[in-house]
Amino acid sequence: MLRPDGSHLLGLTSCVGLGRVAPGPENIRERLLLRYEKPETAADAARLLAAEAGLARILAGGTDLLVQLKSGLVELDLIVDIKNIGGMRSITPEAGGFRVGAAVSGAELGEHEEVAKAWPGVVEGFELIGSTQVQGRATMAGNLCNGSPAADSVPGLIAANAIARIAGPNGERDCPVEQIPVGPGRTSLAKGEFITSILLPARAPRSADAYLRFIPRTEMDIAVASAAVNLSLDADGTIAVARVAIGAVAPTVRLVTPAAEAILGTRLDDAALASLAAAASAAANPIDDKRGTVEYRRHVVGVLARRAALIAYGRAGGRK
Amino acid sequence: MNMRAKSERAFKVVGTRPPRPDGVDKVTGRALYGADVSAPGMLAGRILRSPHPHAEILSIDTSAAEALPGVKAVITSADFGLPEDESLRDIQDNCMARGKALYDGHAVAAVAAVSPAVAGAALKLIKVEYRPLPHVTDVDAAFAKDAPVVQAGRTLENVPPGVSENVTSFCEFGHGDLAGGFAKADRIVSRSFTTAATHQGYIEPHACLASMGSDGKADLWCCTQGQYNVRSVCAGILGMEASQLKVTASEIGGGFGGKTTVFIEPVALALSRKAGRPVKIVMTRDEVFRATGPTVTTSIDVKIGMTATGRITAAEAKLRYSGGAFPCVTVDMGAQAAFAAYDLEAVRSLGWNVLTNRPKEAPYRAPGAPQAIYAVESVVDELCEALGLDPLEVRLKNAARKGTKSSYGPTFDDIGLVATLEAAKAHPHYAAPLGPGQARGLSCGFWFNFGGNTCVSLNINTDGTVSVTEGNPDIGGSRAAISQMAAEELGIAYEKVRTVVADTSSLGHNDVTDGSRVTFSVGLATIKAARDAIGKMCARVAKIWGIDEDAVFWEGGYAKPAGPNAGDFPPMSLAEIAAISFQTGGPIAGHHEFNADGAGVSFGVHLCDVEVDRETGATKILRYTVFQDAGKAVHPAYVEGQMQGGAAQGIGWALNEEYIYGADGRLQNPGFLDYRVPVASDLPRIETVILEIPNPGHPYGVRGVGETPIVPPLAAVSNAMSRAIGARLNRLPMSPPTVLKALNAAGA
Amino acid sequence: MKTVHVAATINGDPVEFVCEPHESLLDALRNRLGLTGAKEGCGTGDCGACSVTLNGRLVCSCLVLGAEADKAAIGTIEGMAEADRLHPLQQSFIDHAALQCGVCTPGILVAAKALLERNPDPTDTEVRYWLAGNLCRCTGYDKIIQAVQDAARQMRHA
Repeated sequence: MLRPDGSHLLGLTSCVGLGRVAPGPENIRERLLLRYEKPETAADAARLLAAEAGLARILAGGTDLLVQLKSGLVELDLIVDIKNIGGMRSITPEAGGFRVGAAVSGAELGEHEEVAKAWPGVVEGFELIGSTQVQGRATMAGNLCNGSPAADSVPGLIAANAIARIAGPNGERDCPVEQIPVGPGRTSLAKGEFITSILLPARAPRSADAYLRFIPRTEMDIAVASAAVNLSLDADGTIAVARVAIGAVAPTVRLVTPAAEAILGTRLDDAALASLAAAASAAANPIDDKRGTVEYRRHVVGVLARRAALIAYGRAGGRK
Repeated sequence: MNMRAKSERAFKVVGTRPPRPDGVDKVTGRALYGADVSAPGMLAGRILRSPHPHAEILSIDTSAAEALPGVKAVITSADFGLPEDESLRDIQDNCMARGKALYDGHAVAAVAAVSPAVAGAALKLIKVEYRPLPHVTDVDAAFAKDAPVVQAGRTLENVPPGVSENVTSFCEFGHGDLAGGFAKADRIVSRSFTTAATHQGYIEPHACLASMGSDGKADLWCCTQGQYNVRSVCAGILGMEASQLKVTASEIGGGFGGKTTVFIEPVALALSRKAGRPVKIVMTRDEVFRATGPTVTTSIDVKIGMTATGRITAAEAKLRYSGGAFPCVTVDMGAQAAFAAYDLEAVRSLGWNVLTNRPKEAPYRAPGAPQAIYAVESVVDELCEALGLDPLEVRLKNAARKGTKSSYGPTFDDIGLVATLEAAKAHPHYAAPLGPGQARGLSCGFWFNFGGNTCVSLNINTDGTVSVTEGNPDIGGSRAAISQMAAEELGIAYEKVRTVVADTSSLGHNDVTDGSRVTFSVGLATIKAARDAIGKMCARVAKIWGIDEDAVFWEGGYAKPAGPNAGDFPPMSLAEIAAISFQTGGPIAGHHEFNADGAGVSFGVHLCDVEVDRETGATKILRYTVFQDAGKAVHPAYVEGQMQGGAAQGIGWALNEEYIYGADGRLQNPGFLDYRVPVASDLPRIETVILEIPNPGHPYGVRGVGETPIVPPLAAVSNAMSRAIGARLNRLPMSPPTVLKALNAAGA
Repeated sequence: MKTVHVAATINGDPVEFVCEPHESLLDALRNRLGLTGAKEGCGTGDCGACSVTLNGRLVCSCLVLGAEADKAAIGTIEGMAEADRLHPLQQSFIDHAALQCGVCTPGILVAAKALLERNPDPTDTEVRYWLAGNLCRCTGYDKIIQAVQDAARQMRHA
């Protein structure tokens, strides 16, 4: 499950009051004036966000936000629940692809047969976040904006070349997903901006994707390392287009062009797979923390990239 | 009255699987746990905790917190006295730091306010001035002579010199000529091991509701494994008389030893005393990890010599345990348990406890034993592999049995180790083929089992039903087992009995629910209370029939004339006797109180198949079987439940569970996200085989079963993994990076 | 603090309550409505002891704001039995000794019911993965899986 986790990278702690100037009683009362709003249009939401002098957060699935509230990591002044805004909970075909509303949960996306068929890697990455319970709430947009380098849905989205639609005080804009996170817990969104939907583009024939992460258990963990591979094949099974993204091994999820180049024009022979793994490992710039060591992450991300490529290749109809 | 001999007994109720009396409440959400009750005018209590692993507390300014509207009381260690008893003082100092904060999460102040939000806000207004001190969290580092001293002046006299002042105690067990034994060995293996601290991981955080009046009388509701212990500790800390403090144990959401002590109860009472209102404290999960539990963290050396045919000639263990920031004698149990499974001519185990800046250790299922036995069973397995011997045959060849002088002193009576090993050998699991990359491990396990102070009342109701009142919180179905034993002894149906857990004012003292003592001790007290009631019922019947009391005996729920000479009377049922009890002398009740002895040790053997992913170090448990001697399984489903639950916890310890401290001395993983207990998809089925080698100390042969099953998984999993990867693993947990490192080191 | 007024149905019954904006649905259920069947084991969505359904979806009530429950249909453990008739899962858990301390049991029952409504004939592996977010520390899960499967069989043949 995804978390404000980057916490280790941010130097945040779970300790009440540590490293903060103790507020006086008046400030404390101010802090208790948290407001909850549920606007019905994106424009109203953007206005609320832009007008808030204090700290405001978007609430969609809430699976990160409520954890942060509980831990005292954030002390909010405004929560803007976007689930009453039209389109936030719908999945609509668009230009051969699919527009996924910002409040669509993992369970909802997973039940959408066409999306699951076209983007199995995106869906499996999203569905790996947390438990069944978390899947009932968690959203891709939230996962993306939480800014964790270990976010499970993000490598798949980046490998898919997905486009985020952003609402803000100045209207709408579109932005490639890989440009949204800029560091642990940080995004490129301006004040008042929030994601309203994510577009999964149209698919060429013989295309498929796959996502793998490594966790110590079988469920309920944050990725120690992860990799998504998105492929399109020629009629003879040669890889014509490839995108490879790796997670949990750098301050943000990374698109690794050399890894994609390592398998382009191949039919995923062993040498291509070895170069793919080496390129993924080389692109990793991980840290030592409670979840894994630098050495371990660098090695495993290569293993995962290789295994994910094989799965994507098979799904795309490639035969080795 | 006379009783039929045990050997003739064919059990009618014991050994069956009736529904538990608290079942419906627990499947409908009606059962009330620690946090589930409220009181009129109740305040919310919250605790401020040290962010420093080791720091002098220079001052605490609570004035701003006290000034916050809605705050009704703020307390610090200054609100408590100074108990004379050292262990009580340690408990109090752990509940509220006095002078020094000794670990990350150590309580330093507490607030009671009108809501949790206001109490939380008030915590931020408390100004604590700390002077950080150097800290030590590693057990081996804490031994060094120049290590930061956690607490000075706590070293017992018998500690050999030359080590840090952090070392608090030393112990030594064993017998025989060690040097001579090693000289006879064909192969000697010496290896060092470390094990991380683990947490009991109960799903219910600690919670209590305290209400103390200005007259000094108090009521306390809390989730605990022992309400009487809570009473004596809290009364001692608060300076109260035991009679004035009534402690009621809530339903308990898991304990595993971790709820045998107190953390928040004296704080809630002190807050309530100061505020004049009821105070409820519910720990967050973060607090549970940082300030309760965990086990010892250990560093262990084991040396064992073996002949080429698999006979152990000598065995030695050196155990260095740390129970955190306060003295702890868990190492004594580890040192005694280490070699308990073996019949040895020369054996010695030495143990030291050392202080570290970690939370005060709380008992956890067979405290001290899993770590020691893990190290021993790993070395035995390595010897078997090196000598090309079957690990089960080697265990059988060296197994402790009746008459064996145990490594810790006593000579064993009837014990079930050999039978348990034979059962494992005969089981299809042991012969099942393994695939490539797969391997099988096995380990023995042992626990002493406790008896202890116990008190039970059994009331014969006039409608022929029976109420049993006992004093031990039910953590795994014990009310069902106790009802079964009462029904068995009285000769009535299980459904006619209801067992309830008393508060401290309703029944005499009972030791905490620990050491696998309840089914044995409370069961034995229940049987004896039933016999007391039977004696009284027979006396009433003798009076009715006009014959001697000795001429009436009890059988199958009826009083009967002892033979033709006693007279010809139709048997009288319990219900008939009860119905007219008011005319024959008044209500009928049985009672028994004693300090139970004869608990009877318990052995288990676990088999584990694993597959290791050689590229990632990930381990999958493929198959798992638990064999254990239960003496007599009163409620076999709950015996199996103990075996499965203990195995699952042990697998968690083996693979992933650990307290991770940063270089800053702060706990890095105080939550279920990164303290990784096994989830349902991590585990295979856990098969169980119950052996019944009767305990001579119990009329039905019952042995405790709760602790032993957490002991073998550590080595069973480690031995399987070591065989799978072709390299010996020697630290727990065997997390994937650790395994991959060992694989690489082995040149794989 | 600006409190929020919420009107919802819980187990089919209309309820109204006010809560603070930061307050979780779990806290509202337990502290404002007296429904203490859902438990807080972690408060961070890692243990599943607070599982409820929100408009038919299984969720952790500790990860839902009370304010979000406005106009929603909530299902809790208290609504699982019909009057004095236990749900087959509830009876199966008692029959199979699938609970020890019982504190995770309400959440597991709510989660298992949601599973069987979607998949009446799951494999053991499917049950284990569906319930991976419901920690049980007592049982090792074995008897829980058996109990769910036995209830599923009974429900299929009912």
